[in-house]
Amino acid sequence: MTQTRRSFVQRNPSVLWFMAAIGLFTALVAVMSEATGAGLISTSFVKTLGKTLCLCLVAIAMDVVWGYCGILSLGHFAFFGIGGYAIGMWLMYARTEMIVTESLANQTIPATPQEISDAIGNQIFGVVGSSEFPAIWTFADSLAMQLAFVVLVPGLLALVFGWLAFRSRVTGVYLSILTQAMTLALSLYLFQNDSGLRGNNGLSGLQNIPGFQDSGQDIISLVFFLASSAALGLGYLLFAWITDSKMGNIIRAIRDDEARVRFLGYHVESYKLFVFTITAVIAGLAGALYYPQAGIINPAEIAPIASIYLAVWVAIGGRGRLYGAVIGAALVSLLSSWFTGGGAPNINLGFYTIQWVDWWLVLLGFTFVLVTLFAPQGIGGLFDKLVRKS
Amino acid sequence: MIRALLCLVWLSVFVSAAAAQDLQHILQTHADEVAKPSRGSVGDVVEDLATSGSPRAALFLEQWAEKNVWRDDASGRFFFASEDGETLALTDIDSGAETTAPADGFTQIKPNGGVRRVISTVLVQFQLSDPDAERRKAALESIARRGNATQLEPLIASLDTETDPDIRARKEQLITFLTARFGDDPEKRVAAIKSLSSDTSVEVRAALSQILASSTGVAPTRPEGNIARIIDPTNTPDAAYAELVEAGLAPPAVTASELRAELEANIVEGRVGGVPVAQLDTKAARQKAYSALAEAGIVPPLVTEDDKLEALSSHVFYEVYDEGNPAITDAARETLDAVETRVGWAQSVDLTLDGLSLASIYFLAAIGLAITFGQMGVINMAHGEFIMMGAYTGYVVQLIVPDYTLSLVMALPLAFAITFGAGVAMERLVIRHLYHRPLETLLATFGISIALQQIAKNIFGTQARPLTSPDWLGGALVISDVIQISYIRIAIFVLAMIFLCLLLYILKRTRLGLEVRAVTQNPGMAASMGINPDRINMMTFGLGSGIAGVAGVGIGLYAQVTSEMGANYIVQSFMTVVVGGVGSVFGTLAGAGLIGFLQKGIEWLNPSNTLAAQTYMILFIILFIQFRPKGIVAPKGRAAGD
Repeated sequence: MTQTRRSFVQRNPSVLWFMAAIGLFTALVAVMSEATGAGLISTSFVKTLGKTLCLCLVAIAMDVVWGYCGILSLGHFAFFGIGGYAIGMWLMYARTEMIVTESLANQTIPATPQEISDAIGNQIFGVVGSSEFPAIWTFADSLAMQLAFVVLVPGLLALVFGWLAFRSRVTGVYLSILTQAMTLALSLYLFQNDSGLRGNNGLSGLQNIPGFQDSGQDIISLVFFLASSAALGLGYLLFAWITDSKMGNIIRAIRDDEARVRFLGYHVESYKLFVFTITAVIAGLAGALYYPQAGIINPAEIAPIASIYLAVWVAIGGRGRLYGAVIGAALVSLLSSWFTGGGAPNINLGFYTIQWVDWWLVLLGFTFVLVTLFAPQGIGGLFDKLVRKS
Repeated sequence: MIRALLCLVWLSVFVSAAAAQDLQHILQTHADEVAKPSRGSVGDVVEDLATSGSPRAALFLEQWAEKNVWRDDASGRFFFASEDGETLALTDIDSGAETTAPADGFTQIKPNGGVRRVISTVLVQFQLSDPDAERRKAALESIARRGNATQLEPLIASLDTETDPDIRARKEQLITFLTARFGDDPEKRVAAIKSLSSDTSVEVRAALSQILASSTGVAPTRPEGNIARIIDPTNTPDAAYAELVEAGLAPPAVTASELRAELEANIVEGRVGGVPVAQLDTKAARQKAYSALAEAGIVPPLVTEDDKLEALSSHVFYEVYDEGNPAITDAARETLDAVETRVGWAQSVDLTLDGLSLASIYFLAAIGLAITFGQMGVINMAHGEFIMMGAYTGYVVQLIVPDYTLSLVMALPLAFAITFGAGVAMERLVIRHLYHRPLETLLATFGISIALQQIAKNIFGTQARPLTSPDWLGGALVISDVIQISYIRIAIFVLAMIFLCLLLYILKRTRLGLEVRAVTQNPGMAASMGINPDRINMMTFGLGSGIAGVAGVGIGLYAQVTSEMGANYIVQSFMTVVVGGVGSVFGTLAGAGLIGFLQKGIEWLNPSNTLAAQTYMILFIILFIQFRPKGIVAPKGRAAGD
């Protein structure tokens, strides 16, 4: 070991490139957004971009757990949804409280705390035929508590689930099926009206941030865009640092040959559990940033298929490289909204017109098969080849 | 008097054939009694009508009670008539000939309530002794639906002449019910009630609960009467207090909103009862202000929580039987308990059947997967789409072949052929390139799955398509009021059993099965023995997919055919295979059984909620896999591999 270790950035040139790219991109969007008066990018598109950044963040988490550690988790979008629900509870509660307080203030006699709480309960749970606050809403009035839940609930769930699964050496496709079962159980639970989270109505009106009712959506969307961008940058740094460290080597070794790492004396389960949990926490944070921009969250968002799509993005982008996950998530989700939003021109074949709204999923499905068969390294792999050649 | 009449009526059944008399003639002899009937005079008319033996006597009685009989003022003749504006549609009483006439000159005959009761009692007797068995049955069903005390005697009286054994049994049963509910002699009632204990039908339970009908009440002390139970009011204090108020035993409580309204109505110079309005934002402050108002006599006094509890504890809340005789209610309660116990047993049998049928559905959905995943280790996320393809094949065949039985017979092999072909194509084009990358087959087949789903949606639309089962599969096998199972479910069970046998036969008794097992255990060795692993993999995958297609037809008969139907089964199917133990057909059977029974069991514990049952079931499976990661039927020895 005569050779001195090079610096972090030297070892990971992509980090620098990525930071530069995202910084530039963020600055450009900010300048062109309606909030600054330029108005070249509409508020709704700023929201779409902000949401895409959040999806990129959960995609790099997925990449770390799958591409680096070899655990094909079909549950990370559930953690994303849990984060959204945790922040959504506060957003909905605080906003309803504001509205209720305002309307009760017009009465001759000031309202008692009980009356206010009853009215909020009525507003929020009227759609599921109830007006009582379920126990899980106990801390909904506290932003700090709900923010803690954004981190704690996905983290604890991943910790317990991962501990149970890794301890009994459930690996490979069995683990995928098990995580998928967990996701399905969670979404089915949330679909019930008495789950306390408004059943299939979900939480709505999340785009109205309490305390910022005077600022327009153009400002709010820009703030969330900047926050998402910062979160993606920090998340990228964090994961780059984790995967670059000695632990990163062990994690990759587990992916390549789990038994050998175990025989070398490493406690494989702890490493896997750490990766599974930290990525779940990041997924929760990404969800907490995503849903205030989306405005609504419901159990369908958590359905198992969403988690599989997450794997699709990472696979198309290229596993085992963080920027690949970002490229995959951004490309597929933006293309998806372009195609399904009617942006793509329909193709007239004479006897049949291909309408992309209907045929986009078919295209995506077959593209995905082709990528899996012929470009297992995804777009990132092609990128790597180009860089190496030059 | 009624008794005498009844005897006459059933006598009339014997004489009817011999001496049928003209009905109009009889009516004319009692013209005044018919036109202005009273309870005292109606007896003679009914007596003569009964002995007349006229087949239309019952019809006349019916119409008479319904006020549909009119009299011609000029000739004095009676007619059945219905009023239509100014004209009457007349029907001759004897011949049934129809004419019309202006309503002037006719008088409607309106028997009073007492007379109608006499008539209807006699009518019941007429109907119960009617020569037409269908009419007797109809009369019995009407008694079964709306039983009352007056029907008991006609029913007993009609029993002797009853010749049809089924109707006789039904009459005896209804006599027991009516005796239990309305009999005069308490001992006979108790005996009748006790004789019901071996019957679990809904009717018996309804009859017993009617005997046990009760009403709630409240009183300062325990009242006399046949008390069913004393209620503890503290469980639902608000409702109990409302009952007290209703009974006039306590002052009405002031609700929060009433209190608020009173306070608002009594604001004087920014204060209520001396408390400034701005401070009225707590419950205590509001009560203080209200008490001040109450003391001044402006509003009714406040009832505090303590007052409420005090009032509740100083009164007795009870439930009293409508039936006064405790011996009867005790017997009924005892019998009902015995019946309920039997019903409980019957329900558990029913639940077992339900579980069995759900298990066979899961088995059908998962059995194809047991081959592709269990034997070959290929995760086929498009398995659900093969099920869907099979179901849509059935639908398309039904569009072309209108005969449901024939189309079903055609659809089964066709579905197998189509999905077999699709499976082979998928294996050749995609899966064989990925045998060394099992996680990636999951992703590639998922891609195929979403594409196939969307294609089906584009072709067939989003709404559910029906797959109609033939008539002989409609309806249900009814064993008792509690235990019944639809023929479709039986058919699915049979289909599942056929598949099980077929698959076991193929795997254990045919050349193909031998080769499949050989390739599963050691492909290299199998190849060196002259087996072509490529061909075997292709055939195995095709077989698994084809079975999924046939399962799709079966599932389509029972559930709706939509493009998403496969996706609904895919996770459950994988869990069935994993729980059962990969690589074993019996394991899949065990897995399907466990999951099916478990889900029905949880639904039974929490009947309102299928979603919750599924949630708990999945949690259970996750835990189960912790303790038996290899499933119920775990592979042993070298086959276990890793």
